[in-house]
Amino acid sequence: MKAKTLFEKIWDSHAVYSIEDGPEVLYIDQHYIHEVTSPQAFKGLDDRGIKVFRPKRTLATADHNIPTKDQHLTIKEELSRLQVEKLTENCKKHKINLFGLNHKKNGIVHVIGPELGFTRPGMTIVCGDSHTSTHGAFGTIAFGIGTSEVEMVLATQCLLQTKPKTMRINVNGDLKKGVTSKDIIMYIIAKLTSGGATGYFVEYAGTAIEKLSMEARMTICNMSIEMGARGGLIAPDKITFAYLKKRIGKLTDKEWESQLRKWKKLKSDPGVKFDKEIKIQASDINPMITFGTNPGMAITVTGNIPLSGGLEDKKDESFLKSLNYMGFKPGDKLAGRKVDYVFLGSCTNGRIEDFREFASLVKGRKKASNITALLVPGSKLVEEQVKREGLLEILNDAGFELRQPGCSSCLAMNEDKIPAGKYAVSTSNRNFEGRQGPGARTLLASPLTAAAAAITGKITDPSEFIN
Amino acid sequence: MPKEKINKLESTCVPLPIENIDTDQIIPARFLTATTREGFGENLFRDWRYNKDGSANKSFILNNKAFSGKVLIAGKNFGCGSSREHAVWAIYDYGFRVVISSFFADIFKNNSLNNGLLPIILPEDLVLNLIQAVQNDPGVKVKINLEEQKIELPGSRKAYQFEINKYKKDCMINGFNDIDYLLNIKNKIIGFEEKKGIT
Ligand code: SF4
Repeated sequence: MKAKTLFEKIWDSHAVYSIEDGPEVLYIDQHYIHEVTSPQAFKGLDDRGIKVFRPKRTLATADHNIPTKDQHLTIKEELSRLQVEKLTENCKKHKINLFGLNHKKNGIVHVIGPELGFTRPGMTIVCGDSHTSTHGAFGTIAFGIGTSEVEMVLATQCLLQTKPKTMRINVNGDLKKGVTSKDIIMYIIAKLTSGGATGYFVEYAGTAIEKLSMEARMTICNMSIEMGARGGLIAPDKITFAYLKKRIGKLTDKEWESQLRKWKKLKSDPGVKFDKEIKIQASDINPMITFGTNPGMAITVTGNIPLSGGLEDKKDESFLKSLNYMGFKPGDKLAGRKVDYVFLGSCTNGRIEDFREFASLVKGRKKASNITALLVPGSKLVEEQVKREGLLEILNDAGFELRQPGCSSCLAMNEDKIPAGKYAVSTSNRNFEGRQGPGARTLLASPLTAAAAAITGKITDPSEFIN
Repeated sequence: MPKEKINKLESTCVPLPIENIDTDQIIPARFLTATTREGFGENLFRDWRYNKDGSANKSFILNNKAFSGKVLIAGKNFGCGSSREHAVWAIYDYGFRVVISSFFADIFKNNSLNNGLLPIILPEDLVLNLIQAVQNDPGVKVKINLEEQKIELPGSRKAYQFEINKYKKDCMINGFNDIDYLLNIKNKIIGFEEKKGIT
């Protein structure tokens, strides 16, 4: 038999049918939806007078535009409220399982899918949201789709897709202190640029990846899209299985064993060829931060902004436009600059481990007075766990408050906006112009770097605080 | 939403020579609360097009009366970022039917093809030349023939061939959509589920 990559194994087992000279019909095991990109899809079904084909394969949550304070009250912003109500109405009508606002399992779609055991190895998973790549951490083909495609999945549980190329990124060796999985992926994106993996599906491998927890792996797969990749995945292993064992209920030992046998086969065959292969030494990576307006524009926290956008023979208009928006100049040093906001949260870094890391650094210290901090758990369960593990006390003692779960300041559809011109060290995934509010200036970084900024009030290398 | 069929088109162009234009710029998140597909054109490139006080930003290309047409030419990696199809709806609603770039982000490209907006990929130097030509004379036109996958650029008699998947091309020319296709093969899908023992 021909050697196959993990990606190809999953893809091939889900290919229903191939169109000549065209895309393939791909069966989708798990579909996630949320309030923002689904209403027009349901409307499409209604216009055609058809029902959802396999309602059990779709799970819904409200996350993008919900408030992160006083969630028990009605949503103030009228259009947001209508959108959330529309989701409830659509789910009811089509018998879709909804973990909506105030549900005890509510949270960001890419946080709750895995933590509730819906995301499982070998699956095909889609959602009308580009960070669906997060679920690839479990050895799945997971990718973001547009609303027309949401409608297709609701109507037929299938999509027409062209097979992407494959790339493997190997990260080997040990990480330095203060360096997290967020820094690994930011380092990779800076190396490949924000369009560098367009057309590819990426597999992350290597000893540094194998040592990571599921939370850390999700952070890496989550940001695959920020280099243009269709998605990213990691072969499941004993860390994956241990994570899932706790989350999948109602299985007898025998059923579990038979699942495991299947899952253990989910890896790229030895010697298989990828269209592109990249090698990275973990020890080369330092804490990272972005300085521009796309995630590829990143440097080490202690480094300097480059003098040009890269290609010397080309006009640097886009590069300069970006720096101008950020209020920086080529060659500037970032460390030591004052910041105004710190945001801990999002589907990139809103999981329990991220709160543990943030708390470990601020423990026994105090929030800087110039900092407004938004600490937003990725889900209700994360929120609960932050309280249960005593992290809330640590955060409170250091002068921080905890908000309620949601996407929040990651895309600022709700009230959690960063004001124009202000600097925010943010653990989310996008530093696009206006992403965190019109005129907001975003500096993406890890939870540790965010914590260091929160207590010093400035851009600070977190390794200074770690023994 | 049924889209206009598209095959032949001759039009002036609007040049936007910025790289990595993400969908947050095309349509900012705060305009995503609508539950219909219409009306997004008003807020296309909102934060570039308008000043903070709501007045038009005179230096932005869409506010420059000299430039108009159904073709948008953009820098490379157009449409990166969020998967929001609202970005394509906004571009279409504004009146564009074609976007030319040296490369597009994947999800954006799919969304365009699903909504009757034709993404044309040309080599970077051709895109830069075209932008230059349009900037020098906003009256110049491109001529597109989708059936033949050809585009004629101003000042060049040669027509360039562009790539598009044959299936997608047929869909665009005939105004078909993937969902029509999938609904038609539902029996195959059910057969697949049965074979795999899934429901
Ligand atoms: S947290 Fe941000 S990136 Fe993640 S789903 Fe929400 S808006 Fe999208």
